[in-house]
Amino acid sequence: MDDLKAKYLGRIADAADESALEAIRLAAIGKKGEVALKMRELGKMTPEERQIAGPAMNALKAEITSALAARKAALHDAALDERLRGEWLDVTLPARDRRQGTIHPVSQVTEEVTAIFAEMGFSVAEGPRIDTDWYNFDALNIPAHHPARAEMDTFYMHRDADDDRPPNVLRTHTSPVQIRSMEKTGAPTRIICPGGVYRADYDQTHTPMFHQVEGLAIDRDISMANLKWVLEEFFAAFFEVDGIKTRFRASHFPFTEPSAEVDIQCSWVDGQLRIGEGDDWMEVLGSGMVHPSVLRAGGIDPDEWQGFAFGMGIDRIAMLKYGIPDLRAFFDSDLRWLRHYGFASLDVPTLHGGLSR
Amino acid sequence: MKFTLSWLKDHLDTTASVDEIAETLTDLGLEVEEVSNPAERLADFTIGKVIAAEKHPDADRLKVCKVLTDEGEKQIICGAPNAREGITVVVAKPGTYVPGIDTTIQVGKIRGIESHGMMASEREMELSDVHSGIIELPSGEVGQSFSDWLAENDPARVDPVIEIAITPNRPDALGVHGIARDLAARGLGTLKPREYIPVEGHFPSPIAVSIDDDTLDGCPLFAGRVIRGVRNGPSPQWLQDRLRAIGLRPISALVDITNFFTFDRNRPLHVFDADKVSGGLRVHRAKGGETLRALDEKDYTLQPGMMAISDETGPESIGGIMGGEQTGVTEDTVNVFVESAYWDHVQIALTGRALKINSDARYRFERGVDPEFTLPGLEHATRMILDLCGGEASDVVIAGDVPNHARAYRLDAARVQRLVGMEIPESDQRQTLTRLGFRLEGDLAHVPSWRPDVQGEADLVEEVARIASLTRLEGVPLPRPFGVPKPVMTPIQRRKQMARRTCAALGYNECVSYSFIDQASAALFGGGDDATMLENPISSEMSHMRPSLLPGLLQAASRNQARGYMDLALFEIGPAFSGGEPGEQADQVTGLLVGRTGAKDVHGASRPVDVYDVKADAEALLGAMGAPEKVQILRNGADWWHPGRHGVICLGPKKVLGIFGELHPRILDAMGVKGPAMAFTLWPEAVPLPRKAGATRPALELADLQAVERDFAFVVDADVEALALVNAAAGADKALIETVRVFDQFTGGSLGEGRKSLAVTVRLQPRDKTLTEAEIEAVSRRIVEKVAKATGGVLRG
Repeated sequence: MDDLKAKYLGRIADAADESALEAIRLAAIGKKGEVALKMRELGKMTPEERQIAGPAMNALKAEITSALAARKAALHDAALDERLRGEWLDVTLPARDRRQGTIHPVSQVTEEVTAIFAEMGFSVAEGPRIDTDWYNFDALNIPAHHPARAEMDTFYMHRDADDDRPPNVLRTHTSPVQIRSMEKTGAPTRIICPGGVYRADYDQTHTPMFHQVEGLAIDRDISMANLKWVLEEFFAAFFEVDGIKTRFRASHFPFTEPSAEVDIQCSWVDGQLRIGEGDDWMEVLGSGMVHPSVLRAGGIDPDEWQGFAFGMGIDRIAMLKYGIPDLRAFFDSDLRWLRHYGFASLDVPTLHGGLSR
Repeated sequence: MKFTLSWLKDHLDTTASVDEIAETLTDLGLEVEEVSNPAERLADFTIGKVIAAEKHPDADRLKVCKVLTDEGEKQIICGAPNAREGITVVVAKPGTYVPGIDTTIQVGKIRGIESHGMMASEREMELSDVHSGIIELPSGEVGQSFSDWLAENDPARVDPVIEIAITPNRPDALGVHGIARDLAARGLGTLKPREYIPVEGHFPSPIAVSIDDDTLDGCPLFAGRVIRGVRNGPSPQWLQDRLRAIGLRPISALVDITNFFTFDRNRPLHVFDADKVSGGLRVHRAKGGETLRALDEKDYTLQPGMMAISDETGPESIGGIMGGEQTGVTEDTVNVFVESAYWDHVQIALTGRALKINSDARYRFERGVDPEFTLPGLEHATRMILDLCGGEASDVVIAGDVPNHARAYRLDAARVQRLVGMEIPESDQRQTLTRLGFRLEGDLAHVPSWRPDVQGEADLVEEVARIASLTRLEGVPLPRPFGVPKPVMTPIQRRKQMARRTCAALGYNECVSYSFIDQASAALFGGGDDATMLENPISSEMSHMRPSLLPGLLQAASRNQARGYMDLALFEIGPAFSGGEPGEQADQVTGLLVGRTGAKDVHGASRPVDVYDVKADAEALLGAMGAPEKVQILRNGADWWHPGRHGVICLGPKKVLGIFGELHPRILDAMGVKGPAMAFTLWPEAVPLPRKAGATRPALELADLQAVERDFAFVVDADVEALALVNAAAGADKALIETVRVFDQFTGGSLGEGRKSLAVTVRLQPRDKTLTEAEIEAVSRRIVEKVAKATGGVLRG
């Protein structure tokens, strides 16, 4: 028996492939195999002999069976290893190209601004880019002869010679949206009006189209002090600087009274602008209490309601926040610029997830 | 508006520093744009005395000087011819920056002898062009700062110049006196009153004045007088210094005096050479066509209704805007007529704009000058002319009258506080208004004649707030909605945001391009008509409102290709314009693919972009915007699309959601883009809003039974559309057939000309029992029948 065991285990260990293993299996434990033949001899034994030889025979068969299985698995593994060795790839080759899209800074910053003001109860109003001179000027307390009209570098739309209506204008600010919104919803109201505006100016720092966001809050007793708080909250959230200081300077706009230009705290370090620190001031915004004539133009009774309005450049605050040097490049669609200053598609600014990247 | 500190101090008694004044002006709403202070540049220069000067042993023209300075005796080598013992000089010690030679002085050796500084000439300190020698001062103590010495002895040399921006509502601040009034109201000094004693006339004015009846609304008051026997030489140094400091060129005493009052009191004046005026002066409306050479030496043709001042020979002046050259004063003028008039701001603005004249007079009259000061201004000017040019004044001749400007508004002290949100005691409010020249009568504030901008109670609030200083304003929280804020975006706004983010996720770079483009490009896309034309474009490249976002993106593609970027995926979301009226605009979502899907790569994955790329993207975007899945595809797109390679995505022929396709090669040629170029345009507002009210979704139905797939290949005519075949197959059993998907298209081979094979996989989803082979056979037969009927297709053998 021990001879038998040594013989077959030795042969199994030496088997080179699966067919050799099969031949060994047949020779050992196949129907006519050596072990099987031996098992048949059990019948001729005495019960005493059988009690000893039986389990030994079964054990031998089991041992050979498991040795066969183990050898088979080992052969299989070796074959697989051999195959995989041949499947080497240069993984330093570039991956398959996948286009990366981007979101324009104007869109991204508009969403940031919207998220902040939504938190303070402001909804988003929109309106036409071509508007009548009434909505763009008269309703905002800028009559025809007012020098502010000339100073705004307005684009006018063409009128045929036989058409004596005043020409329409490309809105010079998003204020006409405020008027249209007041007409529609009355008071109280809280809106922001983001969007493209136009002025006939082109140089280092001006483009004939740019983007503004204006805000309007009307209620029974909203004051300029509320305006200051709202703007300070906004700047702190937008620039992510706690306790950012603002400075209100008296100014004049025909549509607000009193009016203020608003500066934010900043410093210049080695030619680099830093918002929210230092002793310098940067003008970012015009604002004031809505002029009674403007409320009236929007169909709101100024004896009952009052409120504030403000306006700032979206492109400008985008430049300040993200360090974008040239306004003109915003509208040039240079792929290199779009990739460098653009934002990832899923990078949606939220207050809970953060506003900037 | 520019002025100097000493000019301001003529009107304001103050001890405030330039910095304090500048800061206060900005805070008051008179924003300081620049302060240039010559004293700052000279701060390091001190006065010294030369106690010895000997020839340099090795240089004939140089002298070795011993100079007493605040740091003791210094040895200085000097090349100036006038360097000599005993003179008082200005010394730049080592470390001092000398602006005129742009150098910081160092200790150095000149021809072997050490020099510890420099003695400066006027040019070296940029005080003048004089460089004939070093400065010799008539007085001054050793060690005294040179700028202090100048301030004492020659103040005009170190007079700081302040430039402020004036908002259109503040014509009163276009005169130094008005600026001083604001500062005094803030408490930064006291306003000096300007008394005047009218000059008595010694003879009747030989020039009479009149205003036509139809012109009185434009020129309510016209006054003047002749001064005879004047000498019109250069004006005195102090006046020349002032004018130069604010950037004006001194011309002659008479002209300089009129300029002085323009800036001193916001009172434009005009002087005529009385000997060149024939007869009287008449203010009237132009008939139209009259011509005049003005003082700027340009010829102007008056339009009907413009206001002119004429003598017997014709127009001599464009009223309130610019005088005529013909009657202008010269060095030889001996008899002068001084004019002081009041002009209506609207008419001046219109005339000035029409004639494109930007004069100081127009600038002021169109913003509004003080009507009450018309005659006092004339008297002030008369006095100065007599003082500076001599002569004898006539009686004053006056036509018209000071227009009525009287008005008063109620000061509601409580409302001021409620609007501004700042505690300002009523007594302070009243004091502010009084100091600004308002006359208070109980609650009523009578508006001073120099404040045309004050037109209501709100303006009083502004005055009070501005003088009280908005810098002091403290923020007060705006009451906010209680609890979690509600979403604020409208469904359309969210939809556009979804489209934008999806488009970027699909690999497109977002662009924002100008809303206006050139006429030729607009015309290629169905625009460029007069209705969408700008009246005053800044260039011919930006003359028409864009009818589509495509031309802007194509121009962007062309620019990028010129920079070597050939494969592009660009998109934009924004308005396109169908006309020139408000509302004739609609937002578009437009994407453009140009070139290949990517750079050449080892995987061979890069290929030219094609119609099915943009179709996939358009479908993804429509899905993101909530469009229904089932749409029609028509082929009736505009002519800038490839006629055979575009599809109009619609819900019925009138309800177009978008369009995708290849752009017409003619368009690419015209716009300089190297193709191929694929694009889509979607109209987000055209997609119907979902009707569902809540967030709940229908329950998910999962079939337990195994689905069965069967493939069919049909041979059809080449122009049969796949969608027609798919719809026909799907119609064979709407309950059982879940999807029909095209998986192969084949042309050529044994099929012959004009034929193609389309292969589809049909997926059958049984619901209540497993399909038998016979049932599958039955459905298959119906599919083949339906397809044959709809498309003429037969099963491929």
